[in-house]
Amino acid sequence: MRYLPHTQADIDSMLEKIGVESLDALFASIPADCRRQTDLNLPEAMTEWELNSHMGRLADQMAVCPESRVFVGAGSYDHYIPEVIKQLVGRSEFYTAYTPYQPEISQGTLQAIYEYQTLITRLLGLDVANASMYDGASGLAEALLMAIRVTRRNKVAVSRLIHPLYRRVIQTYFAPTGFEVVELPMTAAGKTDLSGIDDLESFAGIAVQSPNYFGCIEDHQALGDTIHTAKKTLFIVGFTEPLAYGLLKNPGSLGADVACGEGQSLGIPRSFGGPGLGIFAARKAYMRSMPGRLVGKTQDIEGKRGFVLTLSTREQHIRREKATSNICSNQGLCATAAAMYMATVGGTGIRKLAQINHDKAAYLQNALVDAGFEIPFATPVFNEFVVKFPQGFDATYKKMLDKNIVAGLPLEKDYPELSDHYVMCVTETMDKPDMDLLVEEVAA
Amino acid sequence: MKNALGISGLILDEPFLWERGKKGRMGMSLPKSDVPESPLSDELVGDGPDFPDLSEVEVVRHYTHLSTWNFGVDTGLYPLGSCTMKYNPKTNERQASLPGFAQAHPLLPAGLSQGVLKIMHDLQIYLAEVTGMPAVSLQPAAGAHGELTGMLLFYAWHQKNNQTRTKILIPDTAHGTNPASAALCGFQSIPLASNANGILSPRDVKALMDEDTAGIMVTNPNTLGLFETHIKEIADIVHAKGGLVYADGANMNAVMGMVDMAQLGVDVLHLNLHKTFSTPHGGGGPGSGPVCVTEDLEPFLPVPRVVAVKNGFELSEDFPESIGKVHAFYGNFGIQIRAYAYILSMGKDLKTASQLAVLNANYIKESLRDTYHLAYDQTCMHECVFTDKHQQEYKVSTLDIAKRLIDYGFHPPTIYFPLVVQGALMMEPTETESKEDIDRFINTLKAISKEAEENPELLLQAPTRTKVRRLDETAAARKPCLAG
Amino acid sequence: MKELSELNFPDDVKYSDDHEWGKMDNGEVTIGISDYAQDQLGDIVFVELPGVGDTFEKGGEFGTVESVKAVSELFLPLGGEIVAINEELEDSPELVNTEPYAGGWMIRVKPDDPAELDQLMSKDTYVDSLKE
Repeated sequence: MRYLPHTQADIDSMLEKIGVESLDALFASIPADCRRQTDLNLPEAMTEWELNSHMGRLADQMAVCPESRVFVGAGSYDHYIPEVIKQLVGRSEFYTAYTPYQPEISQGTLQAIYEYQTLITRLLGLDVANASMYDGASGLAEALLMAIRVTRRNKVAVSRLIHPLYRRVIQTYFAPTGFEVVELPMTAAGKTDLSGIDDLESFAGIAVQSPNYFGCIEDHQALGDTIHTAKKTLFIVGFTEPLAYGLLKNPGSLGADVACGEGQSLGIPRSFGGPGLGIFAARKAYMRSMPGRLVGKTQDIEGKRGFVLTLSTREQHIRREKATSNICSNQGLCATAAAMYMATVGGTGIRKLAQINHDKAAYLQNALVDAGFEIPFATPVFNEFVVKFPQGFDATYKKMLDKNIVAGLPLEKDYPELSDHYVMCVTETMDKPDMDLLVEEVAA
Repeated sequence: MKNALGISGLILDEPFLWERGKKGRMGMSLPKSDVPESPLSDELVGDGPDFPDLSEVEVVRHYTHLSTWNFGVDTGLYPLGSCTMKYNPKTNERQASLPGFAQAHPLLPAGLSQGVLKIMHDLQIYLAEVTGMPAVSLQPAAGAHGELTGMLLFYAWHQKNNQTRTKILIPDTAHGTNPASAALCGFQSIPLASNANGILSPRDVKALMDEDTAGIMVTNPNTLGLFETHIKEIADIVHAKGGLVYADGANMNAVMGMVDMAQLGVDVLHLNLHKTFSTPHGGGGPGSGPVCVTEDLEPFLPVPRVVAVKNGFELSEDFPESIGKVHAFYGNFGIQIRAYAYILSMGKDLKTASQLAVLNANYIKESLRDTYHLAYDQTCMHECVFTDKHQQEYKVSTLDIAKRLIDYGFHPPTIYFPLVVQGALMMEPTETESKEDIDRFINTLKAISKEAEENPELLLQAPTRTKVRRLDETAAARKPCLAG
Repeated sequence: MKELSELNFPDDVKYSDDHEWGKMDNGEVTIGISDYAQDQLGDIVFVELPGVGDTFEKGGEFGTVESVKAVSELFLPLGGEIVAINEELEDSPELVNTEPYAGGWMIRVKPDDPAELDQLMSKDTYVDSLKE
């Protein structure tokens, strides 16, 4: 097997040095009743060529753009990924390296992550960003846990307009803790309704998502102003589409204490939902309470600039049960890819790209209105929006699937009062003809 | 020393991204827009982030330079104990990047996702086969995430039995994520000392195990590279008091095809696909930490789960006792597919991999036992632990030995872990290293020991050939500078 | 790390078995960590202290002291109320290394029971305990 370099002569020579007769003898410390009784029952090993054919056949069983027209976002977005990124992140010095515990031979990873942290603080308008969490959902759960740690309060509020799957992850994380999660309702305009909360000071943190699950842009400023009338309560802004902040005012400038969300849009392929990128940024005051790895700038003994993992005493390998989180790894390679994406698109470019995303979604929205369909929420959106289709639309929806068109994601399962409502997503990758086809098909 | 690998080279420096570029440049091909512009109100629009504007060439040079400062498995031997830095097969990269997989949206109807669902379904079966545990969830995104999931499973199982237990037994050799994960679920960690042979004694477990203890977290083989020979008895003791056994599977590379974890009495096990199953470490992630459980715990696994149906596969939420979700979607599919490709490429040779991993570690142990102090003088599994005890005589430490290894073209082993060994040097070569490379590693360590005796300055000043040397971690922690 | 003979142990303070020192002045006890403790920890990077007005029982955890690679909890050797904390340590944690008994002082406590201070070790007893 090409990954196993030992020849029989190698094995014999090594066994002799060790002083045992066989490979099996090396396992003598394993009691007989712990030894596996049967051989591994696995398919016969494939050659590289058989594997290619096998995987090719499986890949063909997938519906992917551009053969399909998928108008779905909901936390996983189709954006063009420049070939440059694939080639650079595919350099094996980046992807076969481990966590930079020996900083002298990991400066590539460390500078790349330091740059990632920096660009994220600029994107979100906050002071410090970590080297990433697993995904937007677990990052949001950890932000809420951080709020609880920092304020020593036991209750958090979570908007109903945060991605339903993220809210389920929060519920799972919170189940054994005894902490309370209060759900914030929505307004008729499709935004978070904070008016029902009259004891803001009893909350450790209040979390919304913007743009939210319906694509609507939340009133950060108003929400932040209200929340900050309470002492210590944290204003947490989540997101699933960071590209929005290439154009919109960033959460930090509007009062967010923590901004955390999914970074997959920044140069990371969808890959059926993972690996993603849990972006996490906060104000300076929370630096020592933040979960996750942090890369810091420093000097070496000759005074040269260099980078190291720092503030490690917050982390599990030192603090153990008192750590700020149990997280060990970060999404290192994904964070590197995101930094490469942000570098490639640039400051001037990201505004243009974000504008194109917005324009495309606006076009489809208007075309659907012209075709007689209802847009129920009169709030500005980014690249996702909700449309109300007539009753019984699901038959049409299924027919369109057969034509490889996925006309959005139905909301009814997570918002039972919104039957026949669908959330649609359009990014820079969708052409006008494709959108026209969608409108034609739904109107038929 | 002659024939050292670390010789000389041109190391180019590279400024920060924002020190490069000029306003107006762009590295991306901006898509054309075939729709009218739709302005947003001024109230919502910001100035955009202060990112540099770089050309494509600048981006390429920047990251190419950065990559040359890194040491990866593709560079050389990387014997980090308990990390399993085995070779990352290139064919796995090809499979993961096939557009059918890379561009797959996670929320489409199952009929449009049969390829990935089959891969997940089959991977679960293969992992069940390798571990002996019947039910698998691929959802956790990393080892520590798998541990958290395991602790959530413990909690749910006890709740079902109308119990709220508050403690977890954790050996002193455990990885830090173990007590941290337990704490996230509200469990108090009760430390369990290893005995003089470096493993757990049933008597010690029996003394601490009671009906307020949810269970025990063990690593087997443990972080000293030793098989916990009393594991079955320990599992029986824990089970007798209504507790569960969690196994941290980080060291699975030592025992594939040799041990059936279910047979040992394990109830929940997590695997690290980025260790045992060859998926790349990526400079710190992404990983993947599937959990494997007994039938008794299966109902509590995260949802949705991949199930086989008449015409193929579906994602089912029909598991009312599930703990819920730990990841927005289904875990790191992009990593799972690499492990799947690896298992299909290795087949039964997974067992050979474990045998050779153990061979390599024991060979290193035997070859260096007269040069370095062995923490535990017994047959090791896939890793062995030395200390700097002999070399301390010359006023050099584990840290200095590690830094000097860098000059010779090797990544150092894990240092100062596990905590129970003073000055630990934990070496795990893995099975993908050839005898020649291991011999060179052994000879280098012998040479370094001699240098310690004859010219310790060489170690104290090391590394001398890297871009930066002995970075000031104190300053980085006192005055953190985390963004530029 | 230094040899015992190179470390400094003033006679006029009492020592706890977890390496803190306490000194009574005008009814208040100033507390810090011993020269041995700071030498063991290495370069101190951060000291987490309680708030003025916080109260603790004897043995209560009042803060932590961090080096790059380790964290140590700090336990009060006697019960009482915190009346002052050393704010210099926020910007200059290295004072704990350079002046563990002077500029590196950590908190001042109004003791519930001043006699608890007498239960701590004298310099000689403490130094003997370190030799073991």
